[in-house]
Amino acid sequence: MPQLLERSEVLLVKLILLVPVGLLVLTVAGMFWRTTSPVEPGVAVSQPISFSHKHHVGDDGIDCRYCHTTVETSASAGMPATGICLSCHSQLFRDAPALAPLHESMQSGKPIAWNRVYDLPDFVFFNHSIHVNKGVACVSCHGRVDQMPVLVRRQAPDMQWCLDCHRDPSGRIVPLDHITAMGSFPALSDAQAERLVQSLRLEDSRRLTDCSTCHR
Amino acid sequence: MRRVVAPAINTTMPAGVDGGRRRMLKLMAASAALAGSGCSQPPAEKIRPYVNMPEGMAPGDPVFYATTLLHEGHGVGVLVETESGRPVKIEGNPIHPASLGAADAQSQAAILTLWDPERSRIVMHGAQPSTWSALLDSLSTQLREEAGTQGKGLRLLSGPVSSPTLLAQIGEVLARFPGASWHVHDPAGCDAAAQVARRLFGRPVRPVYRLDRARTVLSVDADLFGPSADGVRNAHDFMQARRGEPRARMLALESTPGLCGAIADLRVALSPADMEAALDAVASRLGVPAAVSPQETEARPAWLDSVCAQLRSTPGACVVAPGHSLSPRAHLMAWRINAHLGNLGQTIIPTAQQLPTEPRLALQSAGAEAAGTGAAGIGTSGVSPGTLNELVDAMRDGAVRTLIMLDVNPVYDSPGALDFAGALSKIPFSVHMGLYRDETAHACDWHIPMAHELEAWSDARSIDGTASLIQPVIAPLYGGRSPHEVMDMLADTRTAGAHERVRAFWRNLWDMEDAHDFEQRWDEALRRGVIDGEPAGPALNLDARALAAQVPEEIEPAPEEGELLAVFVNDSGIVAGRHANNAWLQELPRPYTKITWDNAALLSPGTARRHALRNGDVVSLSSTDASAKLLAPIWIVPGQADGVVILPLGFGRRHAGAKAQGRGFDAYVLQDTRNGAARRCLPLCLQPADQRHALAVTQHEMGLAGREPVRIVSLQSSNADVRGSAAQPSLYPPREYDSHAWGMTVDLDACIGCNACAIACQAENNIPVVGPEEIARGRTMHWMRIDLYHEGDGGRTQFQPMACQHCENAPCEVVCPVGATMHDSEGLNVQVYNRCVGTRFCSNNCPYKVRHFNFFDYADHDPSAAAHANPDVTVRQRGVMEKCTYCVQRISHARIEAQKQGRTIRDGEVVTACEATCPTQAIVFGDTADPHSRVSRSKASPRNYTVLAELNTRPRTSYLARIVDREAAPEDGDG
Repeated sequence: MPQLLERSEVLLVKLILLVPVGLLVLTVAGMFWRTTSPVEPGVAVSQPISFSHKHHVGDDGIDCRYCHTTVETSASAGMPATGICLSCHSQLFRDAPALAPLHESMQSGKPIAWNRVYDLPDFVFFNHSIHVNKGVACVSCHGRVDQMPVLVRRQAPDMQWCLDCHRDPSGRIVPLDHITAMGSFPALSDAQAERLVQSLRLEDSRRLTDCSTCHR
Repeated sequence: MRRVVAPAINTTMPAGVDGGRRRMLKLMAASAALAGSGCSQPPAEKIRPYVNMPEGMAPGDPVFYATTLLHEGHGVGVLVETESGRPVKIEGNPIHPASLGAADAQSQAAILTLWDPERSRIVMHGAQPSTWSALLDSLSTQLREEAGTQGKGLRLLSGPVSSPTLLAQIGEVLARFPGASWHVHDPAGCDAAAQVARRLFGRPVRPVYRLDRARTVLSVDADLFGPSADGVRNAHDFMQARRGEPRARMLALESTPGLCGAIADLRVALSPADMEAALDAVASRLGVPAAVSPQETEARPAWLDSVCAQLRSTPGACVVAPGHSLSPRAHLMAWRINAHLGNLGQTIIPTAQQLPTEPRLALQSAGAEAAGTGAAGIGTSGVSPGTLNELVDAMRDGAVRTLIMLDVNPVYDSPGALDFAGALSKIPFSVHMGLYRDETAHACDWHIPMAHELEAWSDARSIDGTASLIQPVIAPLYGGRSPHEVMDMLADTRTAGAHERVRAFWRNLWDMEDAHDFEQRWDEALRRGVIDGEPAGPALNLDARALAAQVPEEIEPAPEEGELLAVFVNDSGIVAGRHANNAWLQELPRPYTKITWDNAALLSPGTARRHALRNGDVVSLSSTDASAKLLAPIWIVPGQADGVVILPLGFGRRHAGAKAQGRGFDAYVLQDTRNGAARRCLPLCLQPADQRHALAVTQHEMGLAGREPVRIVSLQSSNADVRGSAAQPSLYPPREYDSHAWGMTVDLDACIGCNACAIACQAENNIPVVGPEEIARGRTMHWMRIDLYHEGDGGRTQFQPMACQHCENAPCEVVCPVGATMHDSEGLNVQVYNRCVGTRFCSNNCPYKVRHFNFFDYADHDPSAAAHANPDVTVRQRGVMEKCTYCVQRISHARIEAQKQGRTIRDGEVVTACEATCPTQAIVFGDTADPHSRVSRSKASPRNYTVLAELNTRPRTSYLARIVDREAAPEDGDG
């Protein structure tokens, strides 16, 4: 039986057959790219003012709640209003060029547009206040911001990461007076950790892993 | 609009596939390439904190403001929920007497009108965009001319006005121009009732019903619970009386099924002409002086005896409420019957409408008022407004040179016979102010965009006279102006805008020298949403002799052979056309017809048979002298009176916005006036037109089909237990709950079918509007739908709010291949949007058909839709199933608050959106695991049952059976 196709033609057919496969790979890659956050873990995000958590938290020892005022009462931790920044910076480093946007904001009445670092999908409803009130320390999600000159997200906030803690909160929570502490946590024995869980009246893991706890 | 365009794409798809294998492969390759390259990453988000944080504000936490919305000029108190400064939801104000915590569909839908991008944005001079200052110049020139003639050629036309400040301003304008006059046009109101009340009392008066004190209510075609300034209050009060002992009764004579008839113990379908005769008969049997005894040729119907006996047995505790369709004569007869039975001052409080005091009188009486009565603007004599008819007569005579119209649209919504547009074209200088550039705006020289009630300062009085402030919850989105500013221009008073004007009025009225005291009282009024210590209008007494002295007018001529009686009714969604561009109200199924986005001429089955008509047949309706004509599709309504055509008003808009334009027919064309009043009822001729019109209807089958979705118990029967037998065996896994177990009951005896819950749900849960084409395909999105059932043809009707039943043995859960619908630990049947892949198996397996699928990206992505969305609820995308969640976001909120305080959730802390807004408290939600919760007590009632219990789905939503008072209705009543 004579060959239907020349050798070069066979190659062409093979190449053509490869096109759908290539398209599929492209599609998957595209979808993956589409669903990932613009901010990758470990990548610094530029901000209108080069704000250093390391300086404010680590060097100056300012409590998280001084700026993130509603973290204990509201779903949102609250970004500091220009007025809060100026409560110190109306005196300190007044003429620093880096703070020009701050004074401009106060004069024009226009807010400073910070770039979001932690961005959850719109179908997830995270509430800061309940986590903070139940012993989840700031550092457990946001990392050692006292060592970050530029804020960097440690890991992707994916569902598995949330569930790790929701399935077994014991050992991951801290006494309420250490909520904003960065490094110095008291070492708890197993019994003490168990007592902490009881005193904080955490809901059982069945409730904590219900879909309706985070998705509405 | 995206949703209208989207189906068209769908219809082109088969052509491509039919083109053959090659084309198919091309399409596949193209779509694969598109999927890979056409997408984008989620946008990088910005965070914009406040420059100076307002006190007590936290981003993401809602702030509620008490304000007032206007229904035909009268105030209804509401609480507006704002999220970061954006108004997103409206709830009732429990302190305000016209709301008592509930809000009707129209009040709640005001949010959508506020954000409507089609609202008017710029001052228009004819067809040309202009500016506010150009208008000011032009107007002041015109007014200077008018001032030369004492304002003889100046006329002011507004809707009904209850705002004390606006009334005072009208008084100022009339003082500056003594020759001018003020006219009021109220298309949704009842001219006949107003005419009679004015003749009886010598001034505009409205009857305020106190149905909570009533034992018997006779509604004669009255829409007591419909969309109006007192509908919510009436519904609340009547249900309170009905839960009392002895149970209050509703007797309804109706031309077409209405909300009163749905809950009536005795219901009779009558044409308005027969109702007048019935009222005469009731009056003569009760021995009302000066009653005309009708010739009783026919056999006396048993229901008439029953009605008379029940009214007679409850003197001073009954109400005879006449409706819009009745003639002035019948309204007068109703006043006489009520006076004879001693109802005035008891269940009916005649309340004087506030009028602008004439400035000279106001100066004299200012001292007396401050010292004594203190009643704001309640002068014994005031400037009574003229009617639209008088205005049109003056316009025809050429007496009007300047016409200012505030928030009215008479070119569209005045009777066709009046030809307002023709009269308006003769006016040299006309100004229109309104939310939309509507029909009247197009016919005027100038148009001013008006600020929405939620955008501007003002004040208002409710029907019973309670004063309240209107405070803006957002700055004007589209540059609208307040009517107070226009009135200040007319009166030539210079003030710093509406805020200062309203404050100045109240500061003056309260006569408070001390600024601190005033600020305190002002803040208190704003915070509470009512002004305390402001007496309601004085109760008026009706002199019995004055009542008898009124000569009854001639009876309306009965329609001749071959003619039908047309009754013009307010649409239950868009009322008289004011809400026409509101998509929520357009898509709200009308209670009895379930028609959306359209109106139809409603006929009884008998009348339709006589003319050989089916649903959707188009007929030609013409006035008896053939001067006016229109084409309208018909819809057959069981339980309607024979020989009556119901024509809902408010549709057929020519200029209103994309959602209203061209929908339905304009019934005003056929409307006529008599003795200066717009007629709500007149004879007309009907001819089949050999056309069909497709109406978008949400419920096609209303029979019970041998099942018992709605159940009835007899008040008299001792054996009134409809509870099912013990639990049946089941293959579903048993479920245990150690904390809360949420559940709901719906009291069918209290449900009036008003649709308030459906809109509350839509606003709370970001439910998109899908448009008539999608509705016609059965793709409704309302999580809360109000089913209607007829018991036999034209027999008793029953509404049934139907949302996800949250079954314990949920058939939807077992068929979902991806676990997108799950049971949670508190018994909720949750829908997880991010898991859903859109197989629609769950919807197929749901026996209650309460799941709704996003066939397209229904959720608008325009900025205004995003602005009023509830940030606590996911906006669903295409391909996702959705349904009632029991307002899981509200449960979450309550749980988090309780957890933070280290306690459990209290009973009544979680209130679902539908429960919160129900005017009759028919819906109760709570924890069934707590035996003392309201819902547990409700479920313990012998009337408690579940729908389709035989399927053993064990729903968490149960219903309380309707109670039927068999003693109220003799055998021949429909009731």
